[in-house]
Amino acid sequence: MNAKAEEFDKVEKKDLFASGHRACGGCGQALAARLVADAAGENTIACVATGCLEVFSSPYPDPAWRIPFLHSLFENAAAVASGVDAAYKALKKGPVNIIAQGGDGSTADIGFQSISGMLERGHNILYVCYDNEAYMNTGVQRSSFTPYGAKTSTTPFGNTTRKKNMPMIAADHGIPYVATAAVDDYRDLQRKVKTALSIEGPKYIHILAPCPLGWAHHGELTVEICRLAKDTGLFPIFEIIDGKMTNVRKIPAKVPVDEYLKVQGRFKHLYKKGVPSKEVAEIQEIANQNIERFNL
Amino acid sequence: MLKQIEGSFAVAEMVAMCRPNVISAYPITPQTHIVEELSVIVGKGQLDAEFVNVESEFSAASVVLGASAAGARAYTATSSQGLLLMSEVVYCIAGMRLPIVMTCANRAISAPLSIWNDQQDSMALRDAGWIQLHAEDNQEASDLHVQAFKIAEKTSLPVMVCMDGFILTHAFEPVDLPEPKEVDAFLPPFKPTNIVDPRWPRGIGLFADPRFYHETRYILHRAMEKSGKTIKAVSAEFAKSFGRESGGFIKTYNLKDADLVIISMGSVVGTIKDLIDEFAEEGKKVGLLQICSYRPFPRKEIYDALKGKMNIVVLEKSISLGRGGILASDVRWSFPRADKKDRNISSFIAGLGGRNITKDDLRYMVEKVKKEPVELEFLGLNKDLIAKKDL
Ligand SMILES: Cc1ncc(C[n+]2csc(CCOP(=O)(O)OP(=O)(O)O)c2C)c(N)n1
Ligand SMILES: [Mg+2]
Repeated sequence: MNAKAEEFDKVEKKDLFASGHRACGGCGQALAARLVADAAGENTIACVATGCLEVFSSPYPDPAWRIPFLHSLFENAAAVASGVDAAYKALKKGPVNIIAQGGDGSTADIGFQSISGMLERGHNILYVCYDNEAYMNTGVQRSSFTPYGAKTSTTPFGNTTRKKNMPMIAADHGIPYVATAAVDDYRDLQRKVKTALSIEGPKYIHILAPCPLGWAHHGELTVEICRLAKDTGLFPIFEIIDGKMTNVRKIPAKVPVDEYLKVQGRFKHLYKKGVPSKEVAEIQEIANQNIERFNL
Repeated sequence: MLKQIEGSFAVAEMVAMCRPNVISAYPITPQTHIVEELSVIVGKGQLDAEFVNVESEFSAASVVLGASAAGARAYTATSSQGLLLMSEVVYCIAGMRLPIVMTCANRAISAPLSIWNDQQDSMALRDAGWIQLHAEDNQEASDLHVQAFKIAEKTSLPVMVCMDGFILTHAFEPVDLPEPKEVDAFLPPFKPTNIVDPRWPRGIGLFADPRFYHETRYILHRAMEKSGKTIKAVSAEFAKSFGRESGGFIKTYNLKDADLVIISMGSVVGTIKDLIDEFAEEGKKVGLLQICSYRPFPRKEIYDALKGKMNIVVLEKSISLGRGGILASDVRWSFPRADKKDRNISSFIAGLGGRNITKDDLRYMVEKVKKEPVELEFLGLNKDLIAKKDL
């Protein structure tokens, strides 16, 4: 392993996103935000969208961040970060890591336009999406990342649409780096953050961040659920470097989606007396399609 | 140097001399010429700045927000729908105390769609915590921008310079543009105090629970009120440096002996002044009180200037639907209760969606209020266009 690879492979713990924040026990997003901040290091500015992360980490006067933190609104983190990038260029300051970050709702829905603009304009920014598959901050409403079948407070009988594929949409902007990751694999997640930050231009990392409250699972299962999401094929792990798909994570032993669905209350309605409904077959089909498409 | 120049270009040249580090904007008529010209100035390397072409006004406002929070002098410009689309960010910029300068090329609001001038757009954001300065002509529009940056950076408040769309933005007039070194002498480089920088990690834009929020609004309100002093001081300093009066709180014309005072703001004051001259020749004493700083509102200045003036008419290009003239209610509020009894304050709405305001219209208004005060009237209404049941 060369020095750079070794450096990238190290798990960083710097507590730049400190304890004392107000996330729920087992919050995937709190874990992800810490891993991202620690991988990025001190020379970083976090531009955070409104959402759970912002609310549990930035109450005045006790923010949890030990790196500069900038929050404005729900749908403009990418544009605000673009302004920071433009300022650093204009003032000839830096280099600095600028990381725009937001939840799935802010990324895929209300902030979609601003993210597309940021990616297309070529800013030197890493955008990180913390995907917990619903609007958690406002009480678990459906977003366009909510998976098929999942119950949310605005899809009380189960979501009827499939999840928007944001990593591929980001990649189609022709940006140099896109990756997916999940909070069960610290090393992989942090390596991807470091890789992204070593590349000039817009980067996008999509992180699966289970939400015990919204998914109705036990907090201690957050990491396990990520593994199941990966091993069922529901959440493919890959990198797209300069438009080429690489480092696709091969599933060691394929797991039926049942095992993933059964540990989460949001899919409970799909089983009547333990018998899976036809929606479960549809979800298995989604997993199968992923396995084929990404050659998992 | 005196130059025959389009209003938008005069503003663009002045903004460029203010040396913003970051400019971001989105096209909308009648603002577009300003930012097009700035993109040329930046593109030619005459101004060392980042010009960020964004995908919406929402992002334009967000880009200047981020840039300002990172320590840049930042500028944007918009109009009408663009300003409304920005509105969430506009409030946020003020709450974060970022000294951003924006030009609002005043234009009507949809529906129906109209690209022409009135002042409903900036009025819709009058409560956002931005200083709002209104230009009378292109000389003032240009002058106000250099003042705006200075005021913004001294007060940590954003400043919106309002200029009437088309009437000013697209009009060719002689404008006296200063030399860059004169602007440099007047406007020192921006020295931000509260920025995102890894050397001093801090949070900007934290959320405030009910123990804190209330006070943040009080502090912002006080800052707005106190900014009046700075607005006046900067206007006085401008007069000293550049040798002409521009900006400030209010201006008056033929007020001393007037037995009727017209209050207005923006480009229409030019027509009003012409009419006042005509009236003077006819031996009629009509005066003008012109508002330059709409926010903060010059309540005390109006009160002091209008001591003993019992007949006042407010002419404005915007309306609070279901309530009436917005400027009129601000003016009515400027007189203490005890004092108000005898004052006749009439309210006229004029020139919405670019309808011309002619001297004849104004003459009619003056004659009418001389007979009796008018609670609210739309000037120059074409009743043939309105169904009987709607009249
Ligand atoms: C313009 C606007 N609309 C709605 C909201 C309310 N709101 C705040 S956070 C949020 C949901 C956030 O969802 P997501 O981006 O997925 O982040 P999460 O809380 O799930 O981490 C909503 C709807 C808002 N703040 N601003
Ligand atoms: Mg979410």
